[in-house]
Amino acid sequence: MVQLTLPKNSRITEGKTWPKPQAKNVTPFKVYRWNPDDGMNPRVDTFWVDRDDCGPMVLDGLIWIKSNVDSTLTFRRSCREGICGSCAMNIDGTNTLACTKGMDDCAGGKIVKIYPLPHMPVVKDLVPDLTQFYAQHASIEPWLKTDTREPGAEWRQSREDRAKLDGLYECILCACCTTSCPSYWWNGDRYLGPAALLQAYRWLVDSRDERTGQRLDELEDPFRLYRCHTIMNCAKTCPKGLNPAKAIAQIKQLMVARQF
Amino acid sequence: MRTPLGHVRGLGAAKAGTEHFWMQRMTAVANLPLTLLFVAVVVALSGSSHAGATAMLGSPWIAIPMLLLTLSVTFHMRIGMQVIIEDYVHDELLKPIAIMANSFFAVAVGLASVFALLKISFGV
Repeated sequence: MVQLTLPKNSRITEGKTWPKPQAKNVTPFKVYRWNPDDGMNPRVDTFWVDRDDCGPMVLDGLIWIKSNVDSTLTFRRSCREGICGSCAMNIDGTNTLACTKGMDDCAGGKIVKIYPLPHMPVVKDLVPDLTQFYAQHASIEPWLKTDTREPGAEWRQSREDRAKLDGLYECILCACCTTSCPSYWWNGDRYLGPAALLQAYRWLVDSRDERTGQRLDELEDPFRLYRCHTIMNCAKTCPKGLNPAKAIAQIKQLMVARQF
Repeated sequence: MRTPLGHVRGLGAAKAGTEHFWMQRMTAVANLPLTLLFVAVVVALSGSSHAGATAMLGSPWIAIPMLLLTLSVTFHMRIGMQVIIEDYVHDELLKPIAIMANSFFAVAVGLASVFALLKISFGV
């Protein structure tokens, strides 16, 4: 059966409260910590961020903590402007990017609660292991596949057909949607999840691709595709405002369309 | 030791599921008017005598929609429950047993209802 409680070694305990800086404007941060090397259970540490000494985003706060309080705090970040998808984490109860989420948007700026993306193995602190997520993306073969001889210049596409890729190509593979999906939590080993399926649809709907049928064949499976029960968490949480649930519904429509 | 891609590809696509998805939608659409009619029949039957009830349920105008409702609802129930079992039951042995039991239950309930309706209609 599906496991509804956390295994013993994953239960979260109260962590360390770090010193409060002598500053006028501070915001408390509750941050999930887990170290694979100390054999301890995960814990939630309390930090205080001096708001007059750092930028407005949650990522600014985390970087401030790493620079000024605890240099062992581990998290991924790169572009700090919402295009790389590295700093995806669960902030204030919702998966989003730490770099585009304002501290003042978390519980009215009173407290910032941060956990790693849900239901993934944790590497350390806020870093989830996304190996399976990337393998699922690779499994849908996200590249143009053609049999016709390659043209001398580019593969041509009408403006209308190009417009069909809008709302699909913008995905940055941050994994916010996939890790917010209960269907993925219970059956992530077989269900491809919203991010991989959104990308699958991006290639299904591309007018230049010639392997639409084979792509549909590979998706036609009670688990790979049909575990989506239109829960819509994916669309709600996507930090880029995309709608994976709609793309999945459109894949299902294509599946039905080729039957009649 | 298996590679992540090998693990994700697993046993390959079952090349199935669309029929299941389509039947779920089709029976859902069928259930809408049939269920409304069923509610209307139940309301109309309230306070009626046994003879009145059997006379009403025995009429082909009521019996045939009620037979359709029985088939559509039990079919819908079976595939809906199967999805729930597939979602939550992961044990290799328990899952096929649960799916089988679910089918047996749906067929038994459906056939018992059909039998009851036919018995009333033909008055045997």
